Amino acid sequence: MKLIKTLIGAAAIAGAATGALAASHGGGANPAIIFDLGGKFDKSFNEAANAGAERFTEETGIAFREFELQSEAQREQALRRFAQQGNNPVVMTGFAFATALDTVAPEFPDTNFVIVDMVVDQPNVRSVVFNEHEGSYLVGILAAMASKTGKVGFVGGMDIPLIRKFACGYVQGVKSVNPDAVVFQNMTGTTGAAWNDPVKGGELTKAQIEQGADVIYHAAGGTGRGVLQAAADAGVLGIGVDSNQNYMHPGSVLTSMLKRVDVAVYDAFNDVNNGEFTPGIQVLGLAEGGVGWALDENNASLITDEMKAAVDAATADIISGKVVVHDYMSDSSCPVN
Amino acid sequence: MELLQLMDSAVRLATPLLLAALAGLYSERSGIFDIGLEGKMLIAAFTAGAFSGIAGMPIAEGGWGWTYGMAWFGLFTAIIASVLLSLIHGFASITLRGNQLISGVAVNFFAAGTTVLIGQEWFRAGGQTPSLRGAQRFEPITLPFADAVSEVPVIGPVYADLISGHNIVVYIAILAVPLTWWILFRTRFGLRLRAVGENPGAVDTAGISVVKQRYAAVVIAGILCGLAGAYLSLGTSAAGFVKDMSAGKGFIALAALIFAKWQPRGVLFAALLFGFLEAIGNKYQSVDIGAFVIPVQFMQALPYILTVVILAGFVGKAIPPKAGGEPYVKER
Repeated sequence: MKLIKTLIGAAAIAGAATGALAASHGGGANPAIIFDLGGKFDKSFNEAANAGAERFTEETGIAFREFELQSEAQREQALRRFAQQGNNPVVMTGFAFATALDTVAPEFPDTNFVIVDMVVDQPNVRSVVFNEHEGSYLVGILAAMASKTGKVGFVGGMDIPLIRKFACGYVQGVKSVNPDAVVFQNMTGTTGAAWNDPVKGGELTKAQIEQGADVIYHAAGGTGRGVLQAAADAGVLGIGVDSNQNYMHPGSVLTSMLKRVDVAVYDAFNDVNNGEFTPGIQVLGLAEGGVGWALDENNASLITDEMKAAVDAATADIISGKVVVHDYMSDSSCPVN
Repeated sequence: MELLQLMDSAVRLATPLLLAALAGLYSERSGIFDIGLEGKMLIAAFTAGAFSGIAGMPIAEGGWGWTYGMAWFGLFTAIIASVLLSLIHGFASITLRGNQLISGVAVNFFAAGTTVLIGQEWFRAGGQTPSLRGAQRFEPITLPFADAVSEVPVIGPVYADLISGHNIVVYIAILAVPLTWWILFRTRFGLRLRAVGENPGAVDTAGISVVKQRYAAVVIAGILCGLAGAYLSLGTSAAGFVKDMSAGKGFIALAALIFAKWQPRGVLFAALLFGFLEAIGNKYQSVDIGAFVIPVQFMQALPYILTVVILAGFVGKAIPPKAGGEPYVKER
């Protein structure tokens, strides 16, 4: 009896909630965001997404709902839950949502979904992808110019094509300055746990430093905390990723490759709020301001005028199409190593 | 030179395994299976990171504004937290005579959940603790004359790079091995501890309390796990706690313990071997041996494969303590 009561109660609440949502649907968004396994506070990718969502709330006063994924099994469930409860748009950060979204999206044709870092071909899905190779190319130039040994390193998170794309752009940037440079490349692992293993990240970094690398770029989410720490401990330079991580070890982080996930999330929330949502593929590259590099008071002393000029020139060349940075994901191979 | 770097890395990676495996050694030699090593390490890593962080945080930011000794305080709290979990495991499996494996699993789940929950409540950073700096961590120690002898061929680099330059926990871990051997095989306490793991009835007949012996073993296991956990958050590049940072090391330590056939010397060897395998996997992600390429996944799985090989009896026999896993019921 008690169980039935609870069930009826839950149903009533759910019904009321849906009703309320339906009423509010005419004017605006009821956004929700799902963070991938690295966690909302990875100081990197997911944290950037959170910053965009917070900015939206600050400006519009509309609260958003959030969920931090704890295991792979929760993806589909989390998506369906938010969609069922009338959240719109439902934003998810991470390539790994692709399969789950492909299943769930057709079930809720009136809900707008946004996936970052992956393309899902459904009429109600906006797929935001970044030209990470372009941003990585720029920090590669900086790394090569800052390196005294001619050896630089890269530490990736999970070994997936997306992270290879970072690595490939970076190597191209390094080689554009110094064709003889050596680039050490390591991946942390092959499962989702690779996004959150700073101990191993630090160990990989130490191994690269011992081989002579003096600038190390990470694209490893929470694992990067160990990478930047190991670099700072050894007195060499690290390069942050996704969010601006220059502040983590002022003077020891050369720069950060910015991936404006915050802009993607903010735009998604805002577009739905203004009724301007468009599905399809949205590519954010250098030209669109979707990627870039960070210069602030924490790393100003590390970036010489010469370096800045070189990067600015490369930026202009990439935007004008004079320089084309090879995208690893286009053919699953990298011309340089 | 390259080999030296690999061994240097192996020592760092082996330290938590070594401490945790020794913890398991004490516990299992006394007849208490301990698959909660992982959970105890995790809770110790969190406590160490959190209290070292809070102690070193400026007063204006809500910390205690200490300027030295934070890492030691962190280590102290880590040991306390780990021993408390040990006592819970002991209470369930010694006093209440519950199933030791289930109690161990419970310890693991408890630690995985509580660390993130409390971490989020205290620091609002998804269960992470703040980044630790300076005296909030254990800094590398340069042993005396390391710089002076580094020019001497062979011995110089080995002493300066491999032996010197680790943090204090690494040296504690290495010294714990002969100490453990001495305690277990050369003291009355050690004899009794091994006896309660083999034949508790005989120990009881001799008028010695099986319960007390087993509790003592479990507490020692807690102290060692506390050291292992504190090493993870205060002695590595992580410089703080992140969720699930023990990343299965407690289980690898168990594998090392079985691989070592419950012998202290063997534990040192097994931990270093597993650390070395991981170091190789880190440095050469795919080993090309000419004919074909060994994928990195194989290197990562190797400790477990070796353990299975040992258990299958291919490389000598690993015989666990006879009374392991069985609660002792006093005869009336």
